[in-house]
Amino acid sequence: MIQIQKYVQAESLEQAYQLNQKRSARILGGMLWLRLSRGSVGTAIDLCRLGLDTIEETQDAFILGAMATLRQLERHPGLNAYTHGAAARAVQDIVGVQFRNMATVGGSVWGRFGFSDVLTFLLSLDTAVELYHGGRVPLEEFARRKPDADILTRIHIRKTPGRFAYQALRVQRTDLPALTCALSQIEGETRAVIGARPGRALVIRDAPGILRDGITEESARAFGAYVARQTPTGSNLRGSAAYRSHLAEILTRRCALEAGGQNV
Amino acid sequence: MMEIQLTLNGKPLTAQIEPDLLLLDFLRSHGCFSVKRGCDTSNCGLCTVLMDGKPILSCSLLAARAAGHAIQTLEGLQEEAADFVGFIADQGADQCGFCNPGFVMNTLALLREIPEPTDDQIRGFLAGNLCRCSGYEGQLRGIRNYLESRRKGGENHGA
Repeated sequence: MIQIQKYVQAESLEQAYQLNQKRSARILGGMLWLRLSRGSVGTAIDLCRLGLDTIEETQDAFILGAMATLRQLERHPGLNAYTHGAAARAVQDIVGVQFRNMATVGGSVWGRFGFSDVLTFLLSLDTAVELYHGGRVPLEEFARRKPDADILTRIHIRKTPGRFAYQALRVQRTDLPALTCALSQIEGETRAVIGARPGRALVIRDAPGILRDGITEESARAFGAYVARQTPTGSNLRGSAAYRSHLAEILTRRCALEAGGQNV
Repeated sequence: MMEIQLTLNGKPLTAQIEPDLLLLDFLRSHGCFSVKRGCDTSNCGLCTVLMDGKPILSCSLLAARAAGHAIQTLEGLQEEAADFVGFIADQGADQCGFCNPGFVMNTLALLREIPEPTDDQIRGFLAGNLCRCSGYEGQLRGIRNYLESRRKGGENHGA
């Protein structure tokens, strides 16, 4: 268990930012991974009093506060209507309800964990993160960056009309996924996102236009094979590289068919 | 040391704590021994308590973060729990009993949120409560029987 010397509930983002400039300081998300790490935190900075625990829906976007929980994401009617239920499917097997009542969207995104269902799902949408000092950054670019001393405050999802699907495979429900897969078709662009490779989620666009003329059994199969070829995979205790490559093909095909309106 | 104020099982409480004290240890030090330490990795649900009515894992929450909130443990919800725990006992579903307080707390949260849950909703909601004795079927039968009894106006109460 990590040791904490001082705990502060920040009264402003500026105060949190200033405190976070010390190397020994840490921003607290849900604290579910942080508590498992070793070592010492000088100042643990809690953003829980800054009103960042809501999901706001505007005419053209969903704005997720960094402290909104995965359970809020799972149960948000507007977000689930927009994503055809993909938001709920992306998180509903993450441990249990109690865990999802604590794990925060901001913590999941900031951590850029390889196994993250949340990152996989959000990368399939038109998503940007809002950083206190860095401003708004496309999530795809943010996911490639290394963590720094800035603060993730909100996540913006543009309500661009599209089709969405999410699939993941777990050896056992509530376990970490062996592979995650999200697929979207937004403004004529198809993108598949493969996570838990076991590396960080990767966006693969349909550059060859395999699904351009529609989603059929054949085109979905061909796109699955294409995505699997483009996805570097590795081995760990949840699966071998070969197994993951096979899963990437199968889950992408299923997602494509689901996005195309077929029961999978 | 720092001072926190919270409500524990309906009673206001002020305490001096270390910044990294977990809520689980805080609650046990205040006599709430229904709250168990199981996996200690946020996975098993044994330490489930309600914070402002929502089930959370007390093994993974700083006590400092509970300041200003209402915490409920099984010690404070015995009357509400008594309605259905007999149905669990009828099925022999508690067996060793170690997971039971966490399971009961999360079932209370389930029934508050979804008064008439389907089997899938029960399984989904309770997926974060691990039991190494029962295989879960007895617990599911117990909840089903309780719901059936409630529909009939409380007839056929469990043991």
